[in-house]
Amino acid sequence: MNLGEGVQAVSLVILSAMTIAAAMGVVLIPNIVYSAFLLGGVFISISGLYLLLNADFVAAAQILIYVGAVNVLILFAIMLVNKQEDYQAVKLSLVRKITTALVCIGLFCLLALTVTSTPWLLTPNIAAVPSTLVIIGKHLFTDYLLPFELASVLLLVALVGAIILARREFVPDPVATEFPAAEESLSLLERPREQLVGSSSSEN
Amino acid sequence: MYTGIDLQQALIDVLMGFGLTQGVAKVLWMPLPMLLVFLVASVLALVCTWLERKVSAAAQQRIGPEYMGPFGVLVPLADVGKLIIKQDIIPAKADPILFTLGPVIVFISVFLCYLVIPFGQNLLISDVGTGIFLVIAISSIAPIGLLMSGYSSNNKYALLGGLRAAAQSISYEIPLALAALAIVLMSNGLSTVSIVNQQADYGILSWNVWRQPIGFVIFLISALAECERLPFDLPEAEEELVAGYQTEYTGVKFMLFYGSSYANLLLAGLLVAVLYLGGWELPFPIDRISDWFGISKNTPWWQIITASLGITMTLLKAYLFIFTAILLRWTVPRVRIDQLLDLGWKFLLPIGLVNLLLTAAFKIALPNYFGG
Repeated sequence: MNLGEGVQAVSLVILSAMTIAAAMGVVLIPNIVYSAFLLGGVFISISGLYLLLNADFVAAAQILIYVGAVNVLILFAIMLVNKQEDYQAVKLSLVRKITTALVCIGLFCLLALTVTSTPWLLTPNIAAVPSTLVIIGKHLFTDYLLPFELASVLLLVALVGAIILARREFVPDPVATEFPAAEESLSLLERPREQLVGSSSSEN
Repeated sequence: MYTGIDLQQALIDVLMGFGLTQGVAKVLWMPLPMLLVFLVASVLALVCTWLERKVSAAAQQRIGPEYMGPFGVLVPLADVGKLIIKQDIIPAKADPILFTLGPVIVFISVFLCYLVIPFGQNLLISDVGTGIFLVIAISSIAPIGLLMSGYSSNNKYALLGGLRAAAQSISYEIPLALAALAIVLMSNGLSTVSIVNQQADYGILSWNVWRQPIGFVIFLISALAECERLPFDLPEAEEELVAGYQTEYTGVKFMLFYGSSYANLLLAGLLVAVLYLGGWELPFPIDRISDWFGISKNTPWWQIITASLGITMTLLKAYLFIFTAILLRWTVPRVRIDQLLDLGWKFLLPIGLVNLLLTAAFKIALPNYFGG
């Protein structure tokens, strides 16, 4: 075993341990802010695993999207709410926890069985490429073109939805009907706030 | 074949002369470039703080630091000494783990970006294939550290500062990445070295500023916002938020924040130099000169001259940006938070997209000039 292989083996062990420990922390720690920060740790460890698999672009994208955007937004939401509130004790919490643990362990055993029993097609020698970018680009524009375009359409729809939610002036006022309860469940609960007198109204 | 000076091979040979095996010699070599770049980046960031004092003094018609060494150049050292011997206070109601981890994350994420910053053709730690994308990705970790320190300080000003920092850096990351993407489109690769080499042909005329004027402006504005410099220093706006997320910090932890903010400014300057101002290239192509005089490019003394000229040029360009940023800080008032977000989302983002489209169109229409 030469130097490179030794470093790879050690980093694989460390990264796997970090991923598992941080993921357990996300689930088990009662403080939601700690969970959110540990989620960032999980994402970073996983990007390290990608790096070990020679997927440098995927590793960087993982950090940019999951740590830089998703995790920051989760933290942002938690901190904007920032409500120090202890969870109320749930009835039969021990039974519930044991049931959940059993279901999770069962799922894990099932997955482990699938992983070990599947005859994976392993390519023994993968040619080292200087950059995976070119290959990813070629795949995206040939055999993965349809999923790529579908994903972009999905993102566009999500973007439009987010803008509509953010610009609440487009939400119609609730119309008085005979069934106000049913109507209310379908409409948005939040209404546009009236502009305060004196705040700038010329910015749009 | 002799290809000029190879420091790595030379050091390994010397160490093997002492009876070490090649593997051990390589392991001993590996931390050296990292340590060197770390030290150089720290020293250059310290120079930034000195420059800030001097330029601000000049902008206000003062003299500025004068008695500590010639022109007060030892002020940064005094700063560091003071901050190191200060008592390290963790507020009683703060969260000690997150409070300590926040500045560390910010510091590491800034200094990790120096991994791919080139000071010359081979003068960088590693020419990673993902290059500039890696810088953008790693620098997006910093907001987590800011949020962490803002939250754990248990102080409303700190929390507001942390939230503002995160919102600002998420908003301005997108125009920054779009501007960099247009450059990447022209140079057919994400690697920082290939981006500089693509601007090398005709000296100053082939620099990306001329081909990407819109992208240049977008990048400058977004880089200022990412560094939290005035006019975009909302996260630590003194009049509103005391000092934002840094409010509760003292001693070494404050030094980590302070150092990483200046290292980040330097990083932005270096990125501007690499992406738009031709990196280590001189305003005239230096290879032509060596051809005129008939000097081989691999002559050791010529290599030393070009390398030192390259480092000087990179730093000059970077400090040009830093000088502009400092001048802006002392002349321009701060924007409001809604103006800041409006500028990012409603102006820079559409302009960045248009710039990207234009670049793609020009690349197809005029492949000779836009790196087809």
